[in-house]
Amino acid sequence: MGFEVIFKGKNLIRLLAGLGAAMRISLISVVISIFLGIILGMLMSMKKPVINAISRVYLEIVRIMPQLVLLFIVFFGFTKMTGSNLSAETSAIIVFSFWGTAEMADLVRGCLISIPVIQYESSKALGLSRLQTYIYVIIPQIVRRLIPLSINLITRMIKTTSLIMMIGIVEVLKVGQQIIEANRKSSPNAAFGVFAVIFLLYFLACWPISCLSKYLEKKWEN
Amino acid sequence: MDPQVIQSYIPLFTQAFILTVKIGWIGIALSFIIGILCAFILFFKVPAASAVVKCYVELFRNTPLLVQLFFIYYGLPSLGISISAEVCGALGLGLLGGSYMTESIRSGLEAIPAIQSESALSLGMSNRQLFTSVILPQAFTISVPGIIANVIFLLKETSVFSAISLMDLMFTAKDLIGLYYNTTESLFLLVIFYIIMLLPVSFAGSYIEKKTRYKMFGD
Repeated sequence: MGFEVIFKGKNLIRLLAGLGAAMRISLISVVISIFLGIILGMLMSMKKPVINAISRVYLEIVRIMPQLVLLFIVFFGFTKMTGSNLSAETSAIIVFSFWGTAEMADLVRGCLISIPVIQYESSKALGLSRLQTYIYVIIPQIVRRLIPLSINLITRMIKTTSLIMMIGIVEVLKVGQQIIEANRKSSPNAAFGVFAVIFLLYFLACWPISCLSKYLEKKWEN
Repeated sequence: MDPQVIQSYIPLFTQAFILTVKIGWIGIALSFIIGILCAFILFFKVPAASAVVKCYVELFRNTPLLVQLFFIYYGLPSLGISISAEVCGALGLGLLGGSYMTESIRSGLEAIPAIQSESALSLGMSNRQLFTSVILPQAFTISVPGIIANVIFLLKETSVFSAISLMDLMFTAKDLIGLYYNTTESLFLLVIFYIIMLLPVSFAGSYIEKKTRYKMFGD
């Protein structure tokens, strides 16, 4: 079946290192996206016409453009247009942050506008200052709704980073291909084993995170 | 950008566009069939089958399409199961989409409060009437936004087909860039064709969402 190749030499460690490379890029992008997304989401919920128009266009671009196309535009197009050399890793981080920021901003905006006006009014009537309203009433509710959703975004980010092999970053799929090529003679069926293991590795990376997201969502449901 | 280059590339891109759209929509149709079937299995708690469906949904929701396609296209032939790239693309998209559709449809079905089933039964409705005239219409309305989001997501995912050497839009663009170095023109056409493919769906989606948004019973 080709599973024996996995345990030959350092193959398993190489595969894990490949997954690590993808995870590192997704983690950096997630941090940037969450940070920028919260700021943009807050700006969007202020209902200023100019910000609204710009963010609508931005969100629509992200909504309909495949991430791979964005990756190509930044990696090949940007280099061609400016003549500068952008490394594959940097362009991947730029693209995934660009995409993630839009997703995160939409989540933040959704959470912010889901808080009914009556809560602001009641807080005011109870004599809470604006700052107190946010600290004691609004933010705790938003955080509870936002955390499961942003954890979910992390799994999507991890899954999407598998695309980086298409712009030549050596990640788990590429390592898998290399292992298959190297063992073409000794175990011709390696493809099944290697790709099955990669399938499983991605599952093991994402599944616990999705479970956590689901668990928190259920726990904090009011 | 050279307009003449763009003009000469259009037929190639059109060809790739047709292939991408064709495989994309076949995959989406497949994902609907799988999704409806699996959601019903989960909703009616069919023994054994629902455990299998649960595993399938978790497995495919937590892995990227690229990895699934590699497994189907390059992995399975080692076991003697070899399928063409086109079938593999549609199948992979269908399986991935099926798991997403299952979740959307199931959550719609389960969002109907139990009191409605109890009331319907106490009014003398049969189980079939309860399902077709009480649960299904409301569940459909609730599922629509999720289903539309899934359709757009799946159409976007077609961009990874180039990895299994399907001659889709990405493949054509990459090929042309590699052959003639007309990067700007190729990328421009790539973006235009993806806009043609997805913008109408995005607008139609918002329209359908608005049209199907009824108020829930008792709201």
